[in-house]
Amino acid sequence: MTTGQPRTLFAKVWDAHVIGTDGDQNLLWIDRHFVHEGSFHAFGKLKESGRPVRHPELTFGVADHYVPSDHSAPPKDTEVANMIDLLTRNTTAHGIDIFAMGDSRQGIVHVAAPEQGLSLPGLTIVCGDSHTATHGAFGAFAFGIGASEVAHVLATQTLWQKRPKIMRITVDGVLGEMTSAKDLALYIISRIGTGGATGHVVEYDGSAIRALSMEGRMTLCNMTIEAGARAGMVAPDETTVAWLEGRPLAPKGADLDAAKAFWAKLRTDAGAAFDKEMRFDAADVGPMVTWGTSPEEVAGIAAHVPVAEDFQASRDYMGLEAGQEIAGIEVDQVFIGSCTNSRLQDLREAASVLKLGKVAVPTMIVPGSAAVKKMAEAEGLNRIFRDAGAQWRDSGCSMCVAMNGDAVAPGKRCASTSNRNFPGRQGRGARTHLMSPAMAAAAALTGRIVDVRTISAKPDTGAGQ
Amino acid sequence: MKPFVAHEGQAVVLPVANVDTDQIIPARFLRKPRSAGYGNFLLHDLRFDANGRSVADFPLNRAEAPSFLIAGSNFGCGSSREGAVYALVDYGFRAVIAPRIADIFRNNSVRNGLVPIELPDDEYDRLAQAVEADPAREMKVDLQTCTLSHPALAPISFVIDEGSRKRLLKGLDDIAETAERFGAIEDFAASYRKDRPWTWPASPDKEAR
Ligand code: SF4
Repeated sequence: MTTGQPRTLFAKVWDAHVIGTDGDQNLLWIDRHFVHEGSFHAFGKLKESGRPVRHPELTFGVADHYVPSDHSAPPKDTEVANMIDLLTRNTTAHGIDIFAMGDSRQGIVHVAAPEQGLSLPGLTIVCGDSHTATHGAFGAFAFGIGASEVAHVLATQTLWQKRPKIMRITVDGVLGEMTSAKDLALYIISRIGTGGATGHVVEYDGSAIRALSMEGRMTLCNMTIEAGARAGMVAPDETTVAWLEGRPLAPKGADLDAAKAFWAKLRTDAGAAFDKEMRFDAADVGPMVTWGTSPEEVAGIAAHVPVAEDFQASRDYMGLEAGQEIAGIEVDQVFIGSCTNSRLQDLREAASVLKLGKVAVPTMIVPGSAAVKKMAEAEGLNRIFRDAGAQWRDSGCSMCVAMNGDAVAPGKRCASTSNRNFPGRQGRGARTHLMSPAMAAAAALTGRIVDVRTISAKPDTGAGQ
Repeated sequence: MKPFVAHEGQAVVLPVANVDTDQIIPARFLRKPRSAGYGNFLLHDLRFDANGRSVADFPLNRAEAPSFLIAGSNFGCGSSREGAVYALVDYGFRAVIAPRIADIFRNNSVRNGLVPIELPDDEYDRLAQAVEADPAREMKVDLQTCTLSHPALAPISFVIDEGSRKRLLKGLDDIAETAERFGAIEDFAASYRKDRPWTWPASPDKEAR
């Protein structure tokens, strides 16, 4: 809108997409739209309205929530099979490209879409899934929507939105040994709470953020939603461009040159105003573990389960005692996967720990996409996992949300690299402890929650393999 | 969607913070068609035990036919599933009142005729206490004046963003309304695409990874 005024990264993206205004609402152009199995309500609404999909070339379908973690056989549950089938039928009927089960492009939508080069700096990206925030790692404004809004995007390629507030979280310094973007995300939530960013878009900045790989930035933006935010964003830089170049659906040739010129200006101007600012030091972050039933019920590995009366319900659900040490809590199983932590880098981190021994409890590793699976196998990670006794599965949401039949049994305790530890999230009565891939791998080897830094130290001292 | 102007009915208090959409409707019910009656799935694993028996002291199981949910802070956080709103609406709820309501849930609510109302802590506490004291008494919401009334309390005014209020008051069919602007939208899209052709997905080529 106004030129000359310093603007935030978010404002630059938002302003470029405003088609019209009605009261406090802007009508926004939507560049990318992803649909998964849960979109059947939206396709139903579209049918009711009797309208076609306005820009089928800007919507992509991805089967992820219900796909079994063994793709060699169709799901036994007919309702589940129908959900996967219904997505293929709905997308095909409207001329929408679909990454179906068996397609080499299939994966969890927030892993597969960036991988194909669909998530770009400066775009508006939506999907009927709250973790759409993940794509903000590229400097896009990416946010989750409900079924009514999905139908609206299908029919109009636009959305009515109220301009959110904007908050900057600056993290300087260097993350410590075996400490990852997941620990940073959990640390930030521990400091600001699950409501800390409600109504805001969060822009991440600072040297610790710049140092993160694209995978790390995606993990961080993914978890931003757990702090209540509408979206997370990181300004594009060389890391972003290098990651995008050559991806199948990313810009090429003259388009790429034009895009790069545009992306170079996509950053917050000096002096731009934020509604809220926070600063953290990466050196304060260590391995984090959730002990309760909300992502804010989280602490460093050396901490104890809080004793405050307020947390009684969480402690009861989790089967923990007030004041108990977090390190040493016994787990029944381990899940490494989900759109938070199932990319190649996450699997490498898990493998670097799992190669030190054998799993003590059932451990399931679910790659984020078919492409991640292929890359992991090309570098032999699958052998490390199998040698350690872990299960190496096919890509999908799997035990993150337990829709495909992979569930944690009632009362069982799971160390998980996913993003939500809500009651019942991984199955009715399931107890979830969120942590990083390296921490989950350490829990797999020992059968208990343990500081991964003590495990990884073994080979250096000569005591290891 | 029917216009929402005002509503009178009983309320129930669910004094739990961070009730997320996985609890409002557990994931396993999301594959059901709406005609299955989403009201049955509402807060299912809190209302019923593992054997399917109703949990006697759960607030919803004690209330008769509540249409106001006085929920805890950060209600509706988590997944974007609109099924959470369908479950509340199909159960009979017309308004959710909480100190803080999660963003996507709030957006979904106003598109399904469920009024999301955030109140400051002190007013919220007074209302929750009044309802707890006499659950049978009816309260009222008036969206035209943005007021909540309860017989035991002075009227409480609330703030709701203009876009949501209008959408509810008119029972707006969003898609039809937006379709009237297709001319402007296509003009925008044409010049936008001319300026930034790279925003359209490239066609895949064989050499790419
Ligand atoms: S992996 Fe989990 S959080 Fe991510 S999209 Fe799938 S269900 Fe949602």
